[in-house]
Amino acid sequence: MTEPLFVITDRPISVEDVMKKVMRPEAGAVAVFAGTVREWTNGKRTLFLRYEAYVSMAEKMLAQIGAEIAEKWPGAKTAITHRIGRLKIGDIAVVIAVSSPHRAEAYEANRYAIERIKQIVPIWKKEQWEDGSAWVGDQLETTAYPSGKPEVKEE
Amino acid sequence: MIRLLFFAHLGEQIGEREVMWPHVPETVKQLKDEVEERYGVSLGRVMTAVNEEYVRDEAPLHAGDTVAFIPPVSGG
Repeated sequence: MTEPLFVITDRPISVEDVMKKVMRPEAGAVAVFAGTVREWTNGKRTLFLRYEAYVSMAEKMLAQIGAEIAEKWPGAKTAITHRIGRLKIGDIAVVIAVSSPHRAEAYEANRYAIERIKQIVPIWKKEQWEDGSAWVGDQLETTAYPSGKPEVKEE
Repeated sequence: MIRLLFFAHLGEQIGEREVMWPHVPETVKQLKDEVEERYGVSLGRVMTAVNEEYVRDEAPLHAGDTVAFIPPVSGG
C-alpha cells in the first residue's frame, strides 16, 4: 500500500519519512520545510500550543495544494504532514517536502505550500501563555479572536 | 436535518462541536443567521464548508448536508 502524501496526525512527525515520500529518480532536488513551535512572539512567551483540525477536510485541502503545485510547477511532487493536539516549544508542527527535477522549482513550490496552508487548510492554533490562552485568528499572528471578534492585539 | 460542525473558539463558545439541526434553511446565509441568533455568536469572519467544500453565503442547503463553520485558520 502506498503511504498517503497528505496527512494530519496526532503523533510526532518524522522529517525523513515525509521527505522519502517524494524522492524518486526524476528528482534532482528535494526542498524540506519544518514549521516549529516558537517560544517568543512579539515579547510574549508561549508555554505550549494546541492545534485542532477538521481532519477529513484538512487532508483534502492539503491534497488540493499538492495538485496546485503540480499544475504550477510541472514535475514537482509534494508531501505534507501537519500535526495536531498538544505541542511543546520546539516541536515540529508541519513538514512540507517538494521534489523536482531542478532546485528552483522545489524551493518556490515549498514556499507556496506553506502560504496556502495558512490560507485554506482548516487547522487552528491555540496559544497558551503564562497569563491566558486564545485561538490565533489569522495567518499574520497579530490578532486573536477569542470571541470571534478582533479584541486582543499582540503588537 | 443537517449536521453542523463548530471549530476552534466557536466550538468552545457554543459548548458543542457537532449539532444536528432539524431545520434545513434554503441558503448558507439563512443558516448563519439562525445559528447566530440561537447561540449568540458572530459568524461575520467565518468561512463555511458544505460537505468539505468551501461555499459562498448564497449556496443552497439540502437535507443530509454537513455544514462546517470555519473561523480564520492558523495552521502551519
